[in-house]
Amino acid sequence: MELHRPVTARGAGHRRATATGLALAALPAAFFAAFFAYPVASIVGRGLHEGGHWRFGRIGDVLGDGSVRHVLWFTCWQAAASTALTLAVALPGAYAFARLDFPGKRLLRAVVTVPFVLPTVVAGSAFLALLGQGGFTDSLFGVRLDTSVWAILIAHVFFNYAVVVRTVGGLWAQLDPRQEEAARMLGAGRLAAWRRVTLPALAPSVASAGVMVFLFTFTSFGVIQILGGPTRATLEVEIYRETAEIFDLPTAAVLTLLQLLAVVAILAVHAWTARRRESALRLVDPAGTAHRPRGIGERALLAGVLAVIALLILLPLGVLAARSFDGPTGYGLTFYRALGSTSADGTFLVSPLHTVANSVRYAAAATVIALVVGGLAAAALTRRTGRLMRGFDGLLMLPLGTSAVTVGFGFLISLDRPPLDLRDSWLLVPLAQALVGAPFVVRVMLPVLRAVDQRLREAAAVLGASPLRVWREVELPLVGRALGIAAGFAFSVSLGEFGATVFIARPDSPTLPVAVARLLGRAGAMNYGQAMALSTILMVVCAASLLLLEYPLSGRRRRATGRKEVLPVAPSEGSALAGAVPSAGERPGAGDPELPATPSVPARSESHR
Amino acid sequence: MTDPLLRLDAVTVRFGARAALDAVSLDAAAHEIVCVLGPSGSGKSTLLRAVAGLQQLDGGRVLLDGADQDGVPAHRRGVGLMFQDHQLFPQRDVGGNVAFGPRMHKMPRDARDRRTAELLDLVGLPGASARPVATLSGGEQQRVALARALAPEPRLLMLDEPLGQLDRSLRERLVVELRRLFGTLGTTVLAVTHDQGEAFALADRVVVMRDGRIERSGTPLEVWQKPGSAFVARFLGFDNITAATVNGAVADTAWGTLPVPAGTPEGEHQLLVRPSGVRLGPPGGGLRCEVVSRTFRGGHVGVLLRPERGPDLEAECVLRETPEEGAVVGAGFAAEDVVVLDRE
Repeated sequence: MELHRPVTARGAGHRRATATGLALAALPAAFFAAFFAYPVASIVGRGLHEGGHWRFGRIGDVLGDGSVRHVLWFTCWQAAASTALTLAVALPGAYAFARLDFPGKRLLRAVVTVPFVLPTVVAGSAFLALLGQGGFTDSLFGVRLDTSVWAILIAHVFFNYAVVVRTVGGLWAQLDPRQEEAARMLGAGRLAAWRRVTLPALAPSVASAGVMVFLFTFTSFGVIQILGGPTRATLEVEIYRETAEIFDLPTAAVLTLLQLLAVVAILAVHAWTARRRESALRLVDPAGTAHRPRGIGERALLAGVLAVIALLILLPLGVLAARSFDGPTGYGLTFYRALGSTSADGTFLVSPLHTVANSVRYAAAATVIALVVGGLAAAALTRRTGRLMRGFDGLLMLPLGTSAVTVGFGFLISLDRPPLDLRDSWLLVPLAQALVGAPFVVRVMLPVLRAVDQRLREAAAVLGASPLRVWREVELPLVGRALGIAAGFAFSVSLGEFGATVFIARPDSPTLPVAVARLLGRAGAMNYGQAMALSTILMVVCAASLLLLEYPLSGRRRRATGRKEVLPVAPSEGSALAGAVPSAGERPGAGDPELPATPSVPARSESHR
Repeated sequence: MTDPLLRLDAVTVRFGARAALDAVSLDAAAHEIVCVLGPSGSGKSTLLRAVAGLQQLDGGRVLLDGADQDGVPAHRRGVGLMFQDHQLFPQRDVGGNVAFGPRMHKMPRDARDRRTAELLDLVGLPGASARPVATLSGGEQQRVALARALAPEPRLLMLDEPLGQLDRSLRERLVVELRRLFGTLGTTVLAVTHDQGEAFALADRVVVMRDGRIERSGTPLEVWQKPGSAFVARFLGFDNITAATVNGAVADTAWGTLPVPAGTPEGEHQLLVRPSGVRLGPPGGGLRCEVVSRTFRGGHVGVLLRPERGPDLEAECVLRETPEEGAVVGAGFAAEDVVVLDRE
């Protein structure tokens, strides 16, 4: 019996599933091969391949250099310190956003996300304005921090606060509070219940957020460039110096390889924590888990969180905005008016204001590319067909951690001849930006796609929907909100992308961050003021795009849910069933496919009580 | 002789080392209602998924109208499946859910709307088309799921625990409605359930599964009268089972000597005594028993007895003749309610 059991059925089906996964993955894989692997390989080749020979001996030479080891050491410890500090500062915030209701929560959550998508150049200058010579703290308290490492650490917390709040808080809001209540009914104290039930559920997402923060700070560029001074450099900064200032390509190539290896290692750790995070948790509608702060402890915690947000995030952004209005003749719109005209000294071929339109156009194109590439990749990853796909998942994250400088420079030297001659194409900039945006799309979409109940797809298939139709009819409507958030992230990140764009943007059509950097690089209060004004515009556009994409969709859902609460049983109850049926309201949220689990996506915030 | 509408030919599905379906063969004729009955984990749901094309086979064949379905994806098999927890599309209203199948089959809009309205009438939810599914009660969801499964006119309708989540009174009413509905429509139905009452009320034919194999198959009456094995008997709620040696018209058992129906083969057997075959009288006659508990079941009372020898016995009495708990009675046995089971 066992011997002549036909095995064809299983083989064919398995091959079919794998084939679907691979077909979906083909475009993203090609994209990353052409616009990431190829340019990076070109740089590495250019540096290590000379006169027809590979010179791997250089790796040893570079690593033996004391100053390189100093850079490595600084890169690692500042990243570790920044991560620890960010977690310490942001975890209470994650709790407050997840479990407490307070007025303006939605707006505030969008606001704390703004730094994350803010160009590093802008943030660097904001902190310079806040902590540097003649800055806010200097003139008020005589305290200058721009020479100490604290400025870097604080700026890193400023950037990554949202990573922790969104990753950890997003999941925290969806943990069923009744689990903790169950533990308390079984005799656990408040703290014990939290420690035994909530903490283990959160731990993987805390680890995951920590690893992400470590990755971002490990590869930190703009902040260190502006606040680090000549003695402090991360690998990324050193790569930039070697590439753009010293023109020592071999050293830059070795450092690029080194950073790539480190990033791969960090991402491997992240993939491990993420896999643990996606374990089966009982997730519920986040709208129902938050409550008004009760008691002195919760009120104090909320006050503390709000104070931290005010000092750490609102203050630098505020100082930046204030500077932009602080013209030579008192507060006014002098700098903004100046943005409308091309400068006399020829810094720009077009007016700075024109760069806003440029940036928005580039970022829109980049968003479309990132959504297609990232969306297809996420759809392929949802098929979960084994080790190959997991490797693909990791690969997609690489551009996040790889030196943007390397990518930009790599674009310049590799995409300038057939078959990929894009020198004169305006698409070059959006392509580079999409490379950074796509990983965000994947990270936002993947958990949501995975949370769509497989049986819902099966239900559609049995009713006659082809796999493509299933995706369009079932998946797309359910993940619409996540798609909006992904688009918002991709757009903002593209808008703020600097490291790569600075290499490839054409002089006659610079983007906003490039213009800011150029203005900052010039002497004079007028240029500085214009830089602040442009930064403020960039900040507002980033914030607006995030808010715009998050608000309307969640607003619609809110109404729908609200209706469900008002009408648990509608009047047109079925004839034979009147009064005899259990109300649907008896199983709120739990396993409700309307509420896809979105651990890495901010859950919609305000409850509608 | 025409092909049966559905034929399973030695279908095997493994999850790791465990066989969820172990060479299962089963036919369903057109217009037949087949109910697969079994405890959880016996492979019932896997059976439906294998037929629907949602589960890869490790062996055997699924044939619909005589055509091998190997390699035919779920959406081209033309079968309907109603999921245990309904799986209504949360983003669509009731009408959108019901019209989904016809839409996939490219039915024109007006015909689709008509069909949706008809089906909603049929399941007792007229005019509910515009309601969001989130506002539906459990019973209403079940009705919409049924209408949705029926809408594309599947050649075979499969139901996974169709009434599992509903409360008892609703379930009993719906099962009658369903049987009438399927009879009217002439639908071929393959349903799985763990509730024997549901299966017996709904089915033309009952198939009892155990550990991925078919243990017993027959009309409800056949299966009820001749469970065939101790497993099936116990699953149907009969616990008066004992080893016996048949000798002529009587059998030696742990409860003493029992009469057996005429024509029972001699030798070692397992015997089932239906509770209705245990007759209670004064303590003097028959097997001396103490009444342990009484369970009221509508028109009759289940009485649990502790005999002076042998395992506990269940008896059935009419209300007026039920002895008090703790009373001592004498139990006799009626030959027509003694059933021979296969040895295990």
